[in-house]
Amino acid sequence: MSNILKFIWLIPVLPLLGFLFNGLARKQVSKTMAGIIGSGTVLGAFCISILVFFSVKGGNTHVAHYFNFIDINSLKIGFDFQVDQLTSIFLLIITGVGFLIHVYSTAYMHGEEPKDFAKYFAYLNLFVFSMLLLVMGANYVIMFMGWEGVGLCSYLLIGFWFKNTDFNNAGKKAFVMNRIGDFGFLLAVFWLIVKVGSVDYHQVFDAVAVAKTNPLTTFDVTGITLLLFVGAMGKSAQIPLYTWLPDAMAGPTPVSALIHAATMVTAGIYMIARSNILYTLAPVSQNVVAIIGLATAILAATIALKQNDIKKVLAYSTVSQLGYMFLGLGVGAFTGAVFHVMTHAFFKALLFLGAGSVIHAMSNEQDIRNMGGLKRYMPVTHITFLLACFAIAGMPPFSGFFSKDEILAGAFAKSPLLWGIGVAGAVMTAFYMFRLYAMTFLGKFRGTEKQEGHLHESPKAITFPLIILAILSVIGGWVGIPEVFMHDGHLLDDFLSPVFEQSNTITQKHVLTHSTEYILMGTSVVLALIALLYAWNRFSKYQKTGKEEAGLGKVLENKWYVDELYDAIIVKPVLSVARYLNNVMEKKGIDGFVNGVGKAINYGSRQIRLLQSGQVGAYILMMVLGILLFFIMQLYL
Amino acid sequence: MEIKWYIGLAVALFCTGVVGVLVRRNSIIIFMCIELMLNAVNLLLVAFSKMHASSPAAIADPSIVSNAQIFVFFIMVVAAAEVSVGLAIIVMLYRNTRSVDVNFLNRLKH
Repeated sequence: MSNILKFIWLIPVLPLLGFLFNGLARKQVSKTMAGIIGSGTVLGAFCISILVFFSVKGGNTHVAHYFNFIDINSLKIGFDFQVDQLTSIFLLIITGVGFLIHVYSTAYMHGEEPKDFAKYFAYLNLFVFSMLLLVMGANYVIMFMGWEGVGLCSYLLIGFWFKNTDFNNAGKKAFVMNRIGDFGFLLAVFWLIVKVGSVDYHQVFDAVAVAKTNPLTTFDVTGITLLLFVGAMGKSAQIPLYTWLPDAMAGPTPVSALIHAATMVTAGIYMIARSNILYTLAPVSQNVVAIIGLATAILAATIALKQNDIKKVLAYSTVSQLGYMFLGLGVGAFTGAVFHVMTHAFFKALLFLGAGSVIHAMSNEQDIRNMGGLKRYMPVTHITFLLACFAIAGMPPFSGFFSKDEILAGAFAKSPLLWGIGVAGAVMTAFYMFRLYAMTFLGKFRGTEKQEGHLHESPKAITFPLIILAILSVIGGWVGIPEVFMHDGHLLDDFLSPVFEQSNTITQKHVLTHSTEYILMGTSVVLALIALLYAWNRFSKYQKTGKEEAGLGKVLENKWYVDELYDAIIVKPVLSVARYLNNVMEKKGIDGFVNGVGKAINYGSRQIRLLQSGQVGAYILMMVLGILLFFIMQLYL
Repeated sequence: MEIKWYIGLAVALFCTGVVGVLVRRNSIIIFMCIELMLNAVNLLLVAFSKMHASSPAAIADPSIVSNAQIFVFFIMVVAAAEVSVGLAIIVMLYRNTRSVDVNFLNRLKH
C-alpha cells in the first residue's frame, strides 16, 4: 500500500496537465473532449487520493522531497510534499467534490462557445491544481504558492464573463481583499524564517512543541499566529475582509460551489488546523480567532435573513458557516472544525449546485421573489435541496448536525456565552435556509409566463452530482458520531488524532458530562426546529407585495451598509489621494520636472547660439579671453 | 642689459599685436599685427638664448647651450612663406569682394 506514496506527485500533476491541455488547445478541442479531459484528470487525482487515504490511515506521515526550491546559505526550502491524515481528508474533499462539480459544469456551461468552454475547464483544473499544492505542501512556502494560485483562479473565474464590468469589478475586489490577507501570511512566514530558520512544518512544529527548545517567545507566537490569521481572514472571508465573497457570486454557479463554498474558502481553516500547535501556544490568538469567527457567523447570518438573491443567501450562509469553523478552531475543537469543513463541503456544494439548477431552469433569474412552486417542475433538485437545507440547519441525523454540534460543544466548554451566541446563529441559519427553500420551491409560481413554460428538470449531468452530494450530506456526518450516542463512534477524531497530538498534550481536553451534552444538543435542535417551521409556514404563502423594507430590515437587506462603509473610509480616500497624486504630483511635479529639463536646455541653447555670430573679431576676442583665463588659472590656482 | 627690458619690450609688442587683431577690421593690418606678435616671440627667444649662454653653467660647459639664435632664422623663413600665402589669400579676398574688411567674411556661413 505504501507504494502509492511514491506517486503522490501525480495528484496535483494530473489537473495541471488537464489545465495545460485545455488551455493551450482551447481553440482546437471540442466541448466533449474538454469536458472529458477536465473531469477525467480530477477523477484520476481522486482515485489516487483514495489510495493515499487508506495508506495514511494508521497514522503515517509521508514527506516526499523533490528538489530544493530555495537554497540560500542556511535557509533551505525544499519543494516537498507531505501527506498525512489532515491532508488526505482535504485531498478527498477537493478532488471528490471537485470532480462532481466538473461533471456538473459540462452541462451547466454548455451554452458557451467551445473555446470559452475549454478555457473554463482549464481554469477549473488550474484551481484544483493550486488547491492540491496548498494542502500537499510540506512547508509554508509551498502552501503559499498554492494559496496565491487559488486566489488567481478565483479572480479568473469570478470574472469569467469578463464582458460585464460588474463581474470584473467583483473579481478585482476578491483579488484585492485576498492580497491584503496574503500580505499578513507573508509577514508571518518571514517572521518564522527569522526566528526558527525554517518553514518546514515538521521542523517548526517539533521545535516549538517542546518548551525547552522553543525558539519563539509568547510574543513571537502570538504575532505569527495573528498574521497567519490575517491571511485566513482574506482567504476564508472573515470580518473585516469578508465582503468579497458575496460579490464573488458573479462567477458561474459551479464556480461558486467549488471555490467559494467547498474548497478555496476552507484554505484558511486548513492552514490554522495545520498550525494547530502554534495556535495552542498562543491563547490570545485563539481567542481572537474564536471571537472573529463568531462575530462573522452572526453578522453574515443576520444579513442572509433579508437577501433576495438565491446565490447571495448562500454566499452569506457560507461566510456564516466559515465563521463557525473558525469558532471551532478558536476554542480548540480542531477536529470539529475539519469535520465541519467536510460536511459543509457536501451540503454547501449541493445547495449551490441546486441553486444553479434552479437558475438554469429559470433562464438566469436569481431573485427568489420571482420563484416559488418549483417543487412540481424539478423533483430531483427539490428533494436534494431540501436534504441540504436540513443538513445545514443542523437537524439530526443529517451531517450538519454532528459537525455543528461538535463545534458548539467545544464552544460551551470554553464559555457558555460563546455557545449561546453560536446557537443564536444556528437558529438564524435554520430560518434563512428554510425561507430560501420555501420561497423557491413552495407556494405558487411568481415568475413570468414565459419562464413558467420553460421550467424543466435539469439534465442528468446536473442531477447526478446533486444525488451523490445529497447522499453525502445525509450520511456524511456519521463518521463523527459523538461519544454520547455511540462509544468509539467518532471515527474522524481517531483518524485525525496524530495531526493534533502535539496540541492535545499541551491542553487538557474538556469533557462535558453526557447530560450536559444532551441538554445542549436538545436546546439547539429544538430552537432551530422552531425557526425552521416558522420560516416554512410563513414563506410558503409568500406573496409579492412590492413594499420596501423599513427599519432594521432595510439595514439587513443592505448588508449593514458595510460595503458603503468600506467605500467611504477606504476606497474614496484612496481614490482621492490617487487623484491628487495624478493631478498634482504627476502632472505638475514629475511632468513639470521632465518638461523643465527640456525647456531649460532649449532656452540655454538658444542663448549660447548667439555666440556663434560669424564675426571673426568676436571669435578672436573669445579666444584671447580664454587664453587670459588660462593664464590666471595657471598663476593663481 | 637686464633681461627684464627685453621681456617688457616683447610683451608690449605682443599686446599691441593682440589689440590690433581685435580692434581692426582691415585684413592687411590684422596680418601685420599677427607678424608683430610673431616677432615679439622671436625677440624673446633671442633674449633668453643670450641670457642662458652667458650663465656660469653654460660658460663651464658650452655644449648645453642651444643655438636658439639659429632657430629664430628658421622661424623667420617660415614666417616669410606664411606671409606669401596670407597675402595671396587677401588678394583673392579682395578680388572676390572688392574689400579687405574681415567682417565681410561672415558671409561664408551662408
